[in-house]
Amino acid sequence: MSKINFLKPDKSNLYTFLYLGTFLFFISVLDVLLNSFFSLNITGFLPEFLSFLLPLILGFIGLYFIRIELSGIKQLDLLNKHINTNNFNAILSLLIIFIILKSIPPILSWFFVDASFAGDSKDVCSGSGACWTYIKVWMRRFMYGMYPNGEQWRINLSFIALALLGSVGYFATNKFKKYLTLYYVVIYPFIAFLFIFFFISGGPIFFDFSYGIIAAILSIIVGFFIPSKFKFYYFLVVPFALYILLKYFLFFEEYIELGKLDGLNWVETGAWGGLSLTFIISFFCLIFCFPIGMAFALGRRSGFPLIRYISIGFIEFWRGVPLITVLFMSAVMFPMFLPADFFIDKLVRCIIAISLFEAAYVAEVIRGGLQALPRGQYEAAKSLGMGYWRMHIFVILPQALKLVIPGIANTFLALVKDTPLIFVVGLLEIVGMLNLAKTNPEWLGFAMEGYVFAAIIFWIICYAMSKYSYNLEQKYKTDR
Amino acid sequence: MNFKLKDIGPQLMTVIAVVLVFGFFTYNAQVNMENRGIDFGYGFLSQESSFDVQFSLIEYDGSHSYFRAYLVGLLNTILVSVIGIFFATILGVVVGIARLSPNYLINKFAAFYVEFFRNIPLLLQIFFWYFAALRALPLPQDAEAIFGVTFLTIKGLYVPAFIWQNFNIFFYSIVAAIIAIIIIRIQAKRLQETQGKQTPVLFISIGLILILPLLSFLIGGVRLSFEIPVLKQLATTSFIYEGGVSLPPELIALALSLSLYTATFIAECVRAGIQGVGKGQKEAAASIGLTPNQVLKLVVMPQALRIIIPPTTNQYLNLTKNSSLAAAIAYPDLVLVFAGTALMQTGKAIEIVSITMFTYLSLSISISILMNWYNKKIAIQEK
Repeated sequence: MSKINFLKPDKSNLYTFLYLGTFLFFISVLDVLLNSFFSLNITGFLPEFLSFLLPLILGFIGLYFIRIELSGIKQLDLLNKHINTNNFNAILSLLIIFIILKSIPPILSWFFVDASFAGDSKDVCSGSGACWTYIKVWMRRFMYGMYPNGEQWRINLSFIALALLGSVGYFATNKFKKYLTLYYVVIYPFIAFLFIFFFISGGPIFFDFSYGIIAAILSIIVGFFIPSKFKFYYFLVVPFALYILLKYFLFFEEYIELGKLDGLNWVETGAWGGLSLTFIISFFCLIFCFPIGMAFALGRRSGFPLIRYISIGFIEFWRGVPLITVLFMSAVMFPMFLPADFFIDKLVRCIIAISLFEAAYVAEVIRGGLQALPRGQYEAAKSLGMGYWRMHIFVILPQALKLVIPGIANTFLALVKDTPLIFVVGLLEIVGMLNLAKTNPEWLGFAMEGYVFAAIIFWIICYAMSKYSYNLEQKYKTDR
Repeated sequence: MNFKLKDIGPQLMTVIAVVLVFGFFTYNAQVNMENRGIDFGYGFLSQESSFDVQFSLIEYDGSHSYFRAYLVGLLNTILVSVIGIFFATILGVVVGIARLSPNYLINKFAAFYVEFFRNIPLLLQIFFWYFAALRALPLPQDAEAIFGVTFLTIKGLYVPAFIWQNFNIFFYSIVAAIIAIIIIRIQAKRLQETQGKQTPVLFISIGLILILPLLSFLIGGVRLSFEIPVLKQLATTSFIYEGGVSLPPELIALALSLSLYTATFIAECVRAGIQGVGKGQKEAAASIGLTPNQVLKLVVMPQALRIIIPPTTNQYLNLTKNSSLAAAIAYPDLVLVFAGTALMQTGKAIEIVSITMFTYLSLSISISILMNWYNKKIAIQEK
């Protein structure tokens, strides 16, 4: 056994240092642990200042002793490599361990131990913990807004149906896989429109809007079978003709008063709210902003200067202003730009505004992907005799979109996180409902619980989305 | 002829469509305004505004003009943006570097911070700080002093006011120090490039920026005194602090949530920037005998900054635009004062919304022009 120099731990006295260091380290952790979980201060006999710093000093000395390179013990080497590389790191590691130990008991007691879950009135919430009863009582309002209680099954049914229809892709056999794109791009949004604008609304308010959608989607479906020679003129004329046909000749108001036909009551959009509204808005904006953004991304890279400048102007305008002013515009300024007898519903105005806003961001993301493609791809496609649209649909866009999956996912995440802003036009999704519930005289003083609840929900949604986009990115990653 | 038509056709149609849409909107706006008896014009800006703003950096009350109200809102927006950018940068850089730390605990802690704050809507965070967290602060009469002079209460943060004598001399001394530092930096760079000598620029700079203002105190007759906030009773249960500078809770909540939220994005930018510098660069620099500090200063940082700065500027812009969420908690920023109160009073929707949008737009466009110029300047010249 060689001489021990305590200022220089070395391998020759490995076990002495190991035992001593581990002992000191555990003493320091134990001190903090007892202090935070059982409010016991085992170093209480010391002056307050020293008693406060003691765990840090002891832990530091302990970590210093066990910092022996190439000790030959696997666990010790791993530990040193990960949390104990030098003095500075050792102190930071200790501080983080102590902060975690210190913060667990108050958080646990607020969330679970002292919290009240039972009952359905404010009286049960007298403890120092969270009042989850408040969330329980207001749950329907947070989920469905002011939507009538008796009609909420319509929202549930629609969402369940849409979720089931959306998961078709996972169960499709190889035989049907090739139709999936068509299904998700055209048919699924169509069904979603029907569900939300007829089933959840149940009223006449959206008919005008939905004629446009029906016309557009029908004409796109038929458009697949039109020879490419006439495609341009077809899309120039048919959608508008179809729209007018639907609006003035086919669906008379008497026919389509679904409310009367199906026994569904009309629920005006002002009553929609809560988390379901968050989903509805996110869903529609997501559907709309993608094609608009793609169009402007292509426009910005177009060879025609006028189209390019218009696209640049559009993109830079929307990217330069905050969403809240855009919503202000849709609320107070936009009605001035429409004929006096022409009324567009608040929710629809909101969806249009958010879609245009996010479309500008999507456009910039897609442009990044288009720019990242090597010129050879364009040239190869052209040399095969492909025209502009064929080249983009079959060669350029599939590759470019693959490249920008993370960027698009980020934009969609931003969209979901932006939905609470619709409070500007008076629509109350979950955050808005929280603020409303907070001011209810019977339930004053539970703001914290509400915000924590909403934060957890949003966090789960956003985190799941970002993880999903990461998976997609990995799945479609191709070596180039 | 056919070839030309193919070129002009789509452009012409797009332009016609745009013109038609805009024409339709303008026509309707004219008809609507005529019907309602509103006239279009920016003359109202010089009229008396007759509403009050609770927090303003410049002198303002109801007798001032709408233009002055606009300025108050703009300055408040700039104030909260600058505070937010300052703290978000510090926090973001620290967290970004921490995410690259070999220390497992620090790394995971930073990752947790980023994942946590990034995935919660900013508006929710603002509400949380304002309505839940800051409401838990003590009342003015119960507040304990921080460092004996600062009071954090439910009514805001009260800090001592600085009262300067001969402030201009102090200011000149700082300007002189900054100019001297810039000159020394240029000299040092020249020395480095021509003779390969290293100058301890950092120490000289710190020395200069400390010593010159100190001299101004000793020689220039600059005096600094503090006005400490004092508790004053208004009524039996109503207390307030007088003197000093008070920061309203709206400002604190907004600045706090903006910096916490934006810092996560800046952290990711910093991380991406540092990771973007190839490993070979560091190894090559080390192999020609540079010390680790020199490697960081001369090789890694210049390349990392090239990647970091453009997206970070974008985040600054986002922060400035996000500061418009102030309207939700009644912090009197541009949107609340101008697009909110002034719009309610005048009813001039088109003018006011357009001015507000134009303000933000000119801000972002000027910054993005600056960024494009910067990007072009620093782009690596490839052969």
